[in-house]
Amino acid sequence: MPGPELPTAPDAGPAHGACTSCAIYNSANLRKLGVETGTYDYVAAVAGNPNTGKSTVFNALTGLRQHVGNWPGKTVARAEGGFHYHGHGYKLVDLPGTYSLLSTSNDEEIARDFLLFGRPDVTIAVVDATRLERNLNLVLQILQITDRVVVALNLMDESERHGITIDVRHLARELGVPVTPMAARKGQGVPELLESVEQVARGTVATRAHRVKHRDPRLERAVDVLAGQLQQTFPGLPSTRWVALRLLEGDPGTEQAVRDGTLGDLGRGIAGPEATSARPTGTAAR
Amino acid sequence: MSNAHLLDHAARLRDDLPADFQEGIVESIYSDAAAISSSTVSRDSQRARLTADRLLDRALTHRVWGFAVMGVLFFAVFWFTIAGAAGPSGLLYTLLVEGGHAWLRDGFVALGSPGWLTGIVIDGAYLATAWVIAVMLPPMAIFFPLFTLLEDFGYLPRVAFNLDRLFSAAGAHGKQSLSMMMGYGCNAAGVTATRIIDSRRERLIAIITNNFSICNGRWPTLILMGTIFIGALAPPALGSVVAAGSVVAVAVVGVLTTLLVSWGLSKTVLRGQTSTYSLELPPYRPPQLWRTLHTSLIDRTLFVLRRAILMAAPAGVVIWLLSNITVDASSIAAHVVDALDPLGLALGLNGIILLAYIVAIPANEIIIPTILMLTMTLGSNLFGAQDGVMLELGSAHTETVLIQAGGWTLLTAINLMLFSLLHNPCSTTILTIWNETKSLKWTTVATLLPLTLAFAVTFLTATTARLAGWI
Repeated sequence: MPGPELPTAPDAGPAHGACTSCAIYNSANLRKLGVETGTYDYVAAVAGNPNTGKSTVFNALTGLRQHVGNWPGKTVARAEGGFHYHGHGYKLVDLPGTYSLLSTSNDEEIARDFLLFGRPDVTIAVVDATRLERNLNLVLQILQITDRVVVALNLMDESERHGITIDVRHLARELGVPVTPMAARKGQGVPELLESVEQVARGTVATRAHRVKHRDPRLERAVDVLAGQLQQTFPGLPSTRWVALRLLEGDPGTEQAVRDGTLGDLGRGIAGPEATSARPTGTAAR
Repeated sequence: MSNAHLLDHAARLRDDLPADFQEGIVESIYSDAAAISSSTVSRDSQRARLTADRLLDRALTHRVWGFAVMGVLFFAVFWFTIAGAAGPSGLLYTLLVEGGHAWLRDGFVALGSPGWLTGIVIDGAYLATAWVIAVMLPPMAIFFPLFTLLEDFGYLPRVAFNLDRLFSAAGAHGKQSLSMMMGYGCNAAGVTATRIIDSRRERLIAIITNNFSICNGRWPTLILMGTIFIGALAPPALGSVVAAGSVVAVAVVGVLTTLLVSWGLSKTVLRGQTSTYSLELPPYRPPQLWRTLHTSLIDRTLFVLRRAILMAAPAGVVIWLLSNITVDASSIAAHVVDALDPLGLALGLNGIILLAYIVAIPANEIIIPTILMLTMTLGSNLFGAQDGVMLELGSAHTETVLIQAGGWTLLTAINLMLFSLLHNPCSTTILTIWNETKSLKWTTVATLLPLTLAFAVTFLTATTARLAGWI
């Protein structure tokens, strides 16, 4: 169902026509807050490969005008903004674009640390529909850390022009998380994205993230053993398998988090080092 | 709390694994991604080849034509800027500097404002601000949208691609061409953008050389100098073309300096391996004209203008105070300029320009207004021109102010352009460099190396010009 008929975002034009009765068209539901995040109920992160339109999605939701450049590596720091949807406040964090979460360059570390320690309630993985395979490498890595993910299948208009058809429902089934086709530059798909973001953030939709199976049985076993121990030492820690893999690799940042116990804070639902210190306590515990 | 046993255990488990197990992890991710992708994506092979993009890329990243197109495009951008900005700048000058200044001054005097207050507010803060607007707004309002259109279209990564070979030859990281591009907007942003470079060695090279990307604050200086001194050498019909050519020439000198300094650093204090990386060329996208105009006008032009005005008003006050507080029968500014003049003249500049660069450390944007104001208040004393007439001159006569009251020559203009290109980064950028490196040593190097280079180069050109008898 690639989308020449993708609906348009509430703000892209006057809200007239047949769809005004439809909930997601109710433009009153989305209140763009710019940088004024104020108090918020949920934290949402925007992650993805470079130059897939993360900043465009970020701007579409917050009403901010983060400079959007048509080149990879434009956003190297975290940008933050906010929006209100269906009576809930969201803080939106635009992460630097990365190809993976495995290596240790500065921008990848920022993205990885925020996903791991910031524990966003929902992560919007922005994906370039014209380069799905390469983009999925990152999505699969994100899914190892968290299953609270919505995939924004962006640049559908371009993939259409390239003669690429994507079976969106099959993709969602394979990944185990909602997938929203979009053309964020034109504001298409924004209402559906908001709907999915809300469902995942509030836990009203069940996600079952695709887990990467490792070919080598010895590795599988080692990960299982270590993940079990992590579970015992840090009860409630999400993404134990992912942390176990990093420890097997000897990743210095993860080792440090184990040594000084910061990892344990995640299990207790206390905010990570820098990410969510301003977070209202009511929503942190789950 | 010690969880060392977990780490020990992980180390033991690691020993049991094959040495290349990490590649196995990456491989499993890639093969899963490939499997999912192949089961969801289908291609219409007839439309799959998007030949226009390919053809365009072949031309724009061609070994020879790529550079030719680059030169033509940047030249066109500057020519549009210079040719288009002259009229509006003159109009703003007449309105704000001539009309507005006299009108406000009369108003203040009529209200019985004491001389020092009128001086600080009107002759200081207002005049500097009005000048910044008249000099900067028109060129920026043309230059930024044009530049943003190129960026939106996807051209900048092609430039980076073209320059990549040169950067790796200079022992620097290819991604440095991207942070250099960012530097053409703002050096502080360019320095932050070097985060995309993993290796510390190559990142330091990129940070230190980012200063040679001409930033927002310096374009107006170059454009103005190019217009009134170099463009004026050509017949009137070709004036703006020659002026644009001179600005492009300075930008090219900047790129060459970047490469040369990178090469020098990578051969001496920052020796090491050159990293390999892959640069993704994004698809060409039709620029969204209205959105681009809107964002580049509101976000970039007005943002930069606001910063310039915030800096200009206090600088105007400082200049007025310096020029009007008298010690030993002449103003503080006159003393400082007298002291700086020998150095300034040796560099082919003058004391006023050097003082202006000290006042303008917080923001390069205000260099030209500062020079003009200092020249008008001091120039008459220093160079014996008539007192008091300069305020009445129009913007077309900025040249006259500088030549008659300031004693400027073509050499002064050329050396000001070179000094503007090479000199130390502004205070915001220096602070950013400190934040990014957390190293006093490298922050000092990044500040003083360009300044030393600026002194050396301008001294060299000035001495050469003198020995050759050109001035």
